[in-house]
Amino acid sequence: MADLSLDALSEQYYDVLKELGNIGAGNATTALAQMLGAKVDMSVPSVKLLEFKDVGDCMGGADQIMAGIYLRMEGDVDGSIMFLTGQKEARYLANKLIMQDKSDDEPFDEMELSALKEIGNIITGSYLNSLATMTNLKMIPSVPYVAVDMAGAILSVPAIEFGLMGDKLLLIENRFSDDVQISGYFILLPDIDGYKKILGSLGIDISMFE
Amino acid sequence: MPEIIKVGMADLNTCKAPDGITTLGLGSCCGIAIRDPVTKIGGLAHIMLPDSTEIRNNNNIPKFADTGIRELVKRMEALGASKSRMVAKLAGGATMFAFQSASNSMHVGERNVAASLKALKELNIRVLSQDTGLNFGRTVIFYPETGDYVIRAVGKPEKII
Repeated sequence: MADLSLDALSEQYYDVLKELGNIGAGNATTALAQMLGAKVDMSVPSVKLLEFKDVGDCMGGADQIMAGIYLRMEGDVDGSIMFLTGQKEARYLANKLIMQDKSDDEPFDEMELSALKEIGNIITGSYLNSLATMTNLKMIPSVPYVAVDMAGAILSVPAIEFGLMGDKLLLIENRFSDDVQISGYFILLPDIDGYKKILGSLGIDISMFE
Repeated sequence: MPEIIKVGMADLNTCKAPDGITTLGLGSCCGIAIRDPVTKIGGLAHIMLPDSTEIRNNNNIPKFADTGIRELVKRMEALGASKSRMVAKLAGGATMFAFQSASNSMHVGERNVAASLKALKELNIRVLSQDTGLNFGRTVIFYPETGDYVIRAVGKPEKII
């Protein structure tokens, strides 16, 4: 059996991810609105399949400072999930949640990092729930981990995991808007068996990957 | 005007002084800078994974420490650099997220550094200095003119190794 390669991604799988992006973002928006106590709108998500060397550019440069929240998942599907957003947006969300008003360029303290973890937790949890409902598979997220650093550095973690399977990184971009517009990127990274399980449970022919 | 050549993730390139070469946001990846001090030809490889023999889908040469470094040296030689004079500097290999679980892929930063050192040793290329590990990203710029390897990190002073 040959290794599953993401580069041989089918149109169908792309559509599945778009749909997941839609439902997941819908749920995440509702959760965000509840948590922040504000009205939050979302736009249609876009799914992107990027070459590693172009990954940084898609977020405005690999040295852009971003906040990344990373969780492992276990259950029927093992793997990891990441939510990424810009420093400005992360600052806005943390401010809103803690009800304070710090400026963009201040470093995040423990309390704020913890708030970011919680936000990441809720957003990724919404996606995971949507996926679990769609596929009827059980996926349990771990506690969240957070890093505020250069986009390239944060993305190197999922990129390396994708790198074990192929030469491209797959991400879902969502835009939420409250008083400000928030761009968030969501990366879903099941391991190789997990991909097969997800596709199989959605009734997609996976023989092309074999 | 000297130019600064950009290298992406899982990518490599060469340059000649006074030009410099850079890669942005090294995380668990490793940035291997090599130069020939006589011809002032330099190169930079941004590798993602330690070993091309560990996985089957391994056609992407710059992605791996072993194949990437070999390819970089080959390309520098093609430009007129001599392998016997080459020296290297290393940066990156951080652990970005503090995972408790000791799964293999989580320590990929450390493994990338170890594999890069091994590949350089096999080619008899001396490693002059390194700034690796810990838990933060690095942007690096390498100048083959002087051999300076400039390292920038968020919220930290610039460093030259």
